[in-house]
Amino acid sequence: MEPQTDDGRDAARAEGSVDPPAGFVSCDETIEKLYVYLDGELTEQRRIEIARHLDLCGPCVGAFGFEAELRKLVADRCQDRVPDALLARVAAAIQAESGPSSASAT
Amino acid sequence: MADQEQFSDLAMEYMPALYSAALRMTRNPADAEDLVQETYLKAYRAFGSYRDGTNLKAWLYRILTNTYINTYRAKKRRPEIADVEDVEALYMYHHLAGDPSAGLGRSAEDVALERFTDTDVKSAVESLPDTFRIAVLLADVEGFSYKEIAEITDVPIGTVMSRIHRGRKALQKALMDVGRARGLVAVSDEAK
Repeated sequence: MEPQTDDGRDAARAEGSVDPPAGFVSCDETIEKLYVYLDGELTEQRRIEIARHLDLCGPCVGAFGFEAELRKLVADRCQDRVPDALLARVAAAIQAESGPSSASAT
Repeated sequence: MADQEQFSDLAMEYMPALYSAALRMTRNPADAEDLVQETYLKAYRAFGSYRDGTNLKAWLYRILTNTYINTYRAKKRRPEIADVEDVEALYMYHHLAGDPSAGLGRSAEDVALERFTDTDVKSAVESLPDTFRIAVLLADVEGFSYKEIAEITDVPIGTVMSRIHRGRKALQKALMDVGRARGLVAVSDEAK
């Protein structure tokens, strides 16, 4: 079951400064869907609509590119090396848990 | 003992990810180590109820998150409200795009982004309130889907989406605060 992220928003369609052609979403709508698009969680039809907007809109592509870069930065910068002592501790704890008879404990 | 070997073979590879998440949650190495050890012990004891084919990584994160919330969060009460109402969409992008210190040839915002070190980003993430911090960690650092995060944190998908979106806004604000304090980005903002 995919999360349904569509919500009946045809009513908001008319507010862009330039009238988008039928079936073409506005910049406001595109930015509003930015995260869900980058998360890969839009319905297929919605995804295609947003992708079509991005094909033709430089400013929105800039914003999407930045948000994707930022997310990559956050993921890359939040990695830590596991201390050797922790690895050993966890291994020993599991060893102890599995019964004293199974093998030599440290 | 085959069970133990199988558990170790499958579960140990996730320790770097779990440890990093534990550090962001507890904000200190000693608690993070305890949290990871407790997570592995609980997982090992419950391994009998784990079924092949279900998502082991998500299962481990569920144990980690629950253990953190039940044990460590109680220790330090922090205000749970992050004020993101005044943070507009694309907050960071708009502010960095106007940064005059980038120089020519590259987009200002990409150059500015690269100045953030591990410590900068970690401290910004760690400044977020628990629910936002956990949602952002699971989504943006670990790449879990909305559905997986809903299962890990035991909340509906709609709540997950709202937490992720608000958490990202709060993170952008926190990153900009860190950036300004460290002189990484122009202080004279508000020039939206």
